[in-house]
Amino acid sequence: MSCTRRDLLKKTFLGTIAASVPLSAFKFLSPAQVKAAIGDSRVRWGFVVDTTKCIGCGFCVKACKKENEVPYNTPVSRTWVERYVVDKNGKTHIDSPNAARDGFTESKIEDEEIKAADVAKAYFVPKLCNQCEKPACVQVCPVGATYQTKDGVVLIDRTWCIGCGYCIMACPYGVRFFHPIHKTAEKCTFCYHRISKGMNTACVDACPAGARMLGNLKDPDDPVTKIVMSERVAILKDEFGTKPQVFYIGLDTNVR
Amino acid sequence: MEDLIVHGVEWTAKHLFVYPNEFIYWTIQIVMYPYMTGLVAGAFVLSSLYHVFNQNDIKDMARFSLVFSLALLPVAMMPLMFHLQQPMRGINVMLTPHFTSAIAAFGIVFSTYGVIVMSEIWFVYRAYFIEQIGVLQGLDGMGNRMKLFVYRILSLGANDVSEEAIKKDKKAVKILAGIGIPVACFLHGYAGFIFGSVKANALWMSPLMPVIFIMSAVVSGIALCMLTYIIIMEWKKFRAIMARGKGDDSVTTIRGVEMDVIKKTSKYLLGFLVAAISLELLDLIFRGYTAMKSWDILREVMYEHDFVNIFILQYGFGNLLPFILLMLPRLTIKRAAVALALILFGVFMMRWNVVIGGQAFSLSFSGFMHYHIPVIPHSMESFKEGIFGALTVGATPFVLFWVINKFVPSLDYK
Repeated sequence: MSCTRRDLLKKTFLGTIAASVPLSAFKFLSPAQVKAAIGDSRVRWGFVVDTTKCIGCGFCVKACKKENEVPYNTPVSRTWVERYVVDKNGKTHIDSPNAARDGFTESKIEDEEIKAADVAKAYFVPKLCNQCEKPACVQVCPVGATYQTKDGVVLIDRTWCIGCGYCIMACPYGVRFFHPIHKTAEKCTFCYHRISKGMNTACVDACPAGARMLGNLKDPDDPVTKIVMSERVAILKDEFGTKPQVFYIGLDTNVR
Repeated sequence: MEDLIVHGVEWTAKHLFVYPNEFIYWTIQIVMYPYMTGLVAGAFVLSSLYHVFNQNDIKDMARFSLVFSLALLPVAMMPLMFHLQQPMRGINVMLTPHFTSAIAAFGIVFSTYGVIVMSEIWFVYRAYFIEQIGVLQGLDGMGNRMKLFVYRILSLGANDVSEEAIKKDKKAVKILAGIGIPVACFLHGYAGFIFGSVKANALWMSPLMPVIFIMSAVVSGIALCMLTYIIIMEWKKFRAIMARGKGDDSVTTIRGVEMDVIKKTSKYLLGFLVAAISLELLDLIFRGYTAMKSWDILREVMYEHDFVNIFILQYGFGNLLPFILLMLPRLTIKRAAVALALILFGVFMMRWNVVIGGQAFSLSFSGFMHYHIPVIPHSMESFKEGIFGALTVGATPFVLFWVINKFVPSLDYK
């Protein structure tokens, strides 16, 4: 058997073409593309947080942890509440003990007692995933394990996430963490398993003050859309260009 | 508390207001990752200086650093595997690369580079493989037969050692080394891009990051090759002295060759060192001058919390001191060795200050995080993300080099 180099190259070339014809019938989709087919494109989930109503009870955090099975006694949480106290010297004191799971029971902030007479202003700010229109976390996932659904919610595939933590680093809002049991990236999903069945998120249901609202931003008659369109709302950290879809009423300049 | 490990809690100490989910997620292994890739890239660039640009003065160094860069190569991936929370899924990066992510290209860039290094070594050593087959064919014994088998596989059946064929080999080496330089720079510049493109992190986000990474990579790669070279030559000298006494000719010869190589290579080292420091200082000055929103917290981290790490350990002991040591006239081997060790330490501190320093402050700009590296391992996690994990990564290339060098001798072969 003799095979010249020319023959070998020729046959390799022909073989490659022959093999690639049937292969071209397949379309390669990333997991992100496949998963992104989920959801209703007539819906764009959005959220309104009325900071003027929040009383810092932490019921939302409790409810969230139980609903979404984030281990109750760990410091990580899908949602949390921050307390801001600005004193008369203009200094801002911030805390969120245990993500405010048990509310704010101590008057001390970071071991510092601030006398009531010294307080210029104080308020609570609930935080959750902003379900950004341009999510930095989705951009940086090396395997496409985190993706945006058609209705705008960013989800994570726990069976595909490699746990590199790049998405955690990329999120400017610090909403992501590693789930202590699943060992994969974890974050607020607007309770996607509930809202896609017509229910409300656990935190909205748990809030006694009506400080949290979920709605469809594509529906002009939705109360949330009406607030976003007609009231003075603000978003967090717009300088990152991520276009957050959680809108805040009464957002103070000191909020981080 | 439930018996659950929340990643990051063990080694993160928070001070003032830090978001509840913020911890030091990227730890010592992510410091090791750019450090090791840097060494790979730098070692390769050093060998290419000879192969491509015909810098004959570093001929001895070139062959050694090429083989050493192969030994370092698998180790660049090790810290990443150690760091993943789901290491068994690491292959997913190759299966479904998500190309908007800077990490997604890792598999491709890394394998391309690996193929280049291995084929270059093959072309450099092909003639040697054939020669060994010839020698071993006549010998008996299990060991020799095994060796013969390995060399037969390594030769890939290309047994032509005519002058023409050797000429072709040399040409191939030159071409591969030429392609290898940009790929090596890409491999490492891209490690810099992984950090530089994280817009959420005020310290990392900088277009200069990839360039800074490349420059310091070359610095560390050259320094490691030189240092290893010195150690090996000293060992040889020691053996020659033990065998034939201090005044023997071979001792003087080794000493002369060693000094000559070190003097010449250190010139390249100094050049890259100056480039690296200039870029780093430019970055620092620019941040201070433009004083964006993040500058307040960055300044506090750099000038207060991490002052010793950055200005004393990295710039002082890691850059300035070795620079002076190498510049002073009448360089001795001992002084060079000290300077090289300091440079390696300095580059490590630079990686540390970028990776750990970038997580030393909260995204809220209102609090700080301090990293307490786990020393005594008490679980898989505290081993992987602790000092012993880092030492494992650091020691592996030397073990690999020892094995590889058995088959492709990079130091004795004339």
